Amino acid sequence: MSVRRLTDNQPDSFEFTPQNLAWLEKQIAKYPDGRQASAVVPALWQAQKQNNYWLPQKAIEKVAELLDMPKIRVLEVATFYTMFNLEPVGKYYIQLCGTTPCMLCGSDDLIKVLQRRVGPQRKVTADGLFSWLEVECLGACCNAPMVQINDDFYEDLTVENFEKLLDDLAAGRTVKTGSQTGRVSSEPAGKLTSLTSLYGDGAK
Amino acid sequence: MTKILVDGIEVDAPGEFTLLQACEAAGAEIPRFCYHERLSIAGNCRMCLVEVKGGPPKPQASCAMSVKDLRPGPNGAPPEIFTKSPMVKKAREGVMEFLLVNHPLDCPICDQGGECDLQDQALMFGGDSSRYHENKRAVEDKFIGPLVKTEMTRCIHCTRCVRFTAEVAGTGDMGAIGRGEDMEITTYLQSAMTSELQGNVADLCPVGALLPKPQNFRARPWEYQKTETIDVMDALGSNIRIDSRGREVIRILPRVNDLVNEEWISDKTRQIVDGLKTQRLDRPYLRENGRLRPASWQEALAAVANKVRATEPGRMGALVGDLSAVEEIFALKLLMEQLGVKNIDCRQDGSKLDPANGRASYLFNATVAGIEHADALLIVGSNPRKEAPVLNARIRKRWLAGNFKIALVGERDDLTYDYDYLGAGAESLLNFIQNARPLGKLLVIVGQGALARQDGGAILSLAAQAAQKLGGVGPEWNGFSVLQTAAARVGALDLGFVPGAGGLDAAAMSKGGALDVLFNLGADEASIEPGAFVVYVGTHGDRGAHRADVILPGAAYTEKSGIYANTEGRVQLASRVVFPPGEAREDWAIFRALSGALGQPLPFDSLAALRKKLFEAYPHFARIDQIAAGEPGQIGALAAHPAVALRDPLSNVIKDFYLTNPIARASAVMADCSALAQGRLTQAAE
Repeated sequence: MSVRRLTDNQPDSFEFTPQNLAWLEKQIAKYPDGRQASAVVPALWQAQKQNNYWLPQKAIEKVAELLDMPKIRVLEVATFYTMFNLEPVGKYYIQLCGTTPCMLCGSDDLIKVLQRRVGPQRKVTADGLFSWLEVECLGACCNAPMVQINDDFYEDLTVENFEKLLDDLAAGRTVKTGSQTGRVSSEPAGKLTSLTSLYGDGAK
Repeated sequence: MTKILVDGIEVDAPGEFTLLQACEAAGAEIPRFCYHERLSIAGNCRMCLVEVKGGPPKPQASCAMSVKDLRPGPNGAPPEIFTKSPMVKKAREGVMEFLLVNHPLDCPICDQGGECDLQDQALMFGGDSSRYHENKRAVEDKFIGPLVKTEMTRCIHCTRCVRFTAEVAGTGDMGAIGRGEDMEITTYLQSAMTSELQGNVADLCPVGALLPKPQNFRARPWEYQKTETIDVMDALGSNIRIDSRGREVIRILPRVNDLVNEEWISDKTRQIVDGLKTQRLDRPYLRENGRLRPASWQEALAAVANKVRATEPGRMGALVGDLSAVEEIFALKLLMEQLGVKNIDCRQDGSKLDPANGRASYLFNATVAGIEHADALLIVGSNPRKEAPVLNARIRKRWLAGNFKIALVGERDDLTYDYDYLGAGAESLLNFIQNARPLGKLLVIVGQGALARQDGGAILSLAAQAAQKLGGVGPEWNGFSVLQTAAARVGALDLGFVPGAGGLDAAAMSKGGALDVLFNLGADEASIEPGAFVVYVGTHGDRGAHRADVILPGAAYTEKSGIYANTEGRVQLASRVVFPPGEAREDWAIFRALSGALGQPLPFDSLAALRKKLFEAYPHFARIDQIAAGEPGQIGALAAHPAVALRDPLSNVIKDFYLTNPIARASAVMADCSALAQGRLTQAAE
């Protein structure tokens, strides 16, 4: 993580869509009177979703206004959580896990793929499709190495299937989320190595 | 009360005490950075670690654990705290080492040096040398306003400033963005703080991250001459310490007085400093052919004496301004009595307060500390945030404690707490009196916005009715409270500096052709129409001096020893910090000299003799730091006055908080603050 600042190019205004506003009102209603500030994370998250997955300054101010909070309180939250992007991201925003288990399983090779195909971190490609960021552990170590693209995990990556994944995304083809090697969730790769007696011979 | 042992010393501490407080009660010194007794507990600096027997087996942050969390030993032995054990020593050294990892070694060029908590505690509790060889963190400096300079690399993230603006000031200006090593203290995107108390964050900062900007690189703390005195920027009479060097006032700091200002002061009180040096009147002036020319004291006094001798008493008058001490008002009053002048007034703003209604009718009877005991608050024609920011912080403190209804009649503004808006005019007050039920210990704050107008007397009487009827006045509680805006006002009213029988008031005296000679003791807010020969006694080349025919240069509040009575009626003694500039003299001495030139010398030759006379006539001024309480019965009498109020909405008297008196108007720092605040106002209006 590094110092997070709002980006220089900011849109002039931000308004919640009527649907999102209605949704936000429901979130606020979950909390007691006068505790509307508790809805700050959902509000920012919805604003980010509405605004192509990044939070402009005006959205932060809008949330502060809606929740009757000092602007700095909302900025604190927005800069605290790395889930909030403070600068524009690509249509496919790739968060690559580089923490120890993924690194041991070859995430460095995936980084090279991304550097070659997408460019440096935090830069959106010219066609607006991709941007990427190396992040800390996303909690899918048993399927390492992995990336998160927008809301989904893509696991068991190799250079080849990762390149194919990116090609498919760029071409607009549907892609499979989760393991890219056909593994079901986090079942053992290959055969069982422990508790074999419990499952009998059939498990081998 | 729980019995605990601190380093073997037995103390009885209430359960809600933190371990830190209990240790202090036992005389043990606990280092701390984030803990501040007037702010909420953060527990994030970890400097106050102690060892606890009867608690978890690890060093405990003593600021964040209370005595009731401790358990007695197996045989009922009292819980024990150790503050000098090897574990504590090692823990403190470890915490200090981590704090210093990212703290720059720039003490030689840091203004905080010499009064730095980190410096002192590193010496007392830190290790002897550094083991850190990596790169240190650096942080961009932020703009957070014209009063506070930042050097954010020095910040240790105690968050005292964040908690102060959120809790005491109530503006929520500051916050911490980012997290972990990248956490930074800042305002919202380089905007200036909006509080009138923002200067206090520099005092709270335990290191040199937030420093007073106007005092940048001026002197080391040990070079100052420190004088304890009283502030006159508002009628609260905040207790201050003025640091001077040579003949120059350098800075103003708050002094702790829980009965008045706790330990905060407003920005005007703090940063008026440069106004004390500019635009000063340092020699007498005489107006000749329409222009003021420098003159000697003899010349100036003779000119006044000649004019006075040629004028009959009915055509003379005297005005007293907002910053004068009791002594000079007393001297002026005696002089006027000798001359037989009845046209005297201390209410240049046209306030309808009258000592004839009794002392309780113009005092903040509830007292400032009493705000915390009130059950409800009614504000009439006042904006306490602008008129007395520190008192407003006290109201906010009471409001935060909960169960405190606030209602307001007058002009709406952001007061840093919620209130029910009753309406703008007197009719909404009347409505409230008729419909509201008794509210327990009601506090009624009446501001000058309700009093400095034609029907001020009627509104004062209505407010007294509100207090009388809704539980504001009782044997134990007198909640009828007038919030004065002028430091000199209560003292002058105590002295009875108001028109005698048939005398003219301030507004009538200022009319063209009403008088031939007008003595103006620092009344710079009054606009005096052409006609009268004006003798101005004051400190700054402000409105009063521009309209003067003779200027007799006086001493500012830092340059004389004087008695002030604050809005509660608390008598406080201000001390001389430096001498008046040039040929300027203390104001009482000017009137004594003038009386000599007139051939009827006043009966004192020294300040001590003057005070002796003063105390004979008004004994309550001798009781420094005490309040001679007003009679609650006088509120009843006041409420019984027939009152017909006008329909005009009440408007607040202070339009620009930063420019309310001649010293403030001479200050460049205050001008900066004012421009910023006005900019915000126009922005808000758009």
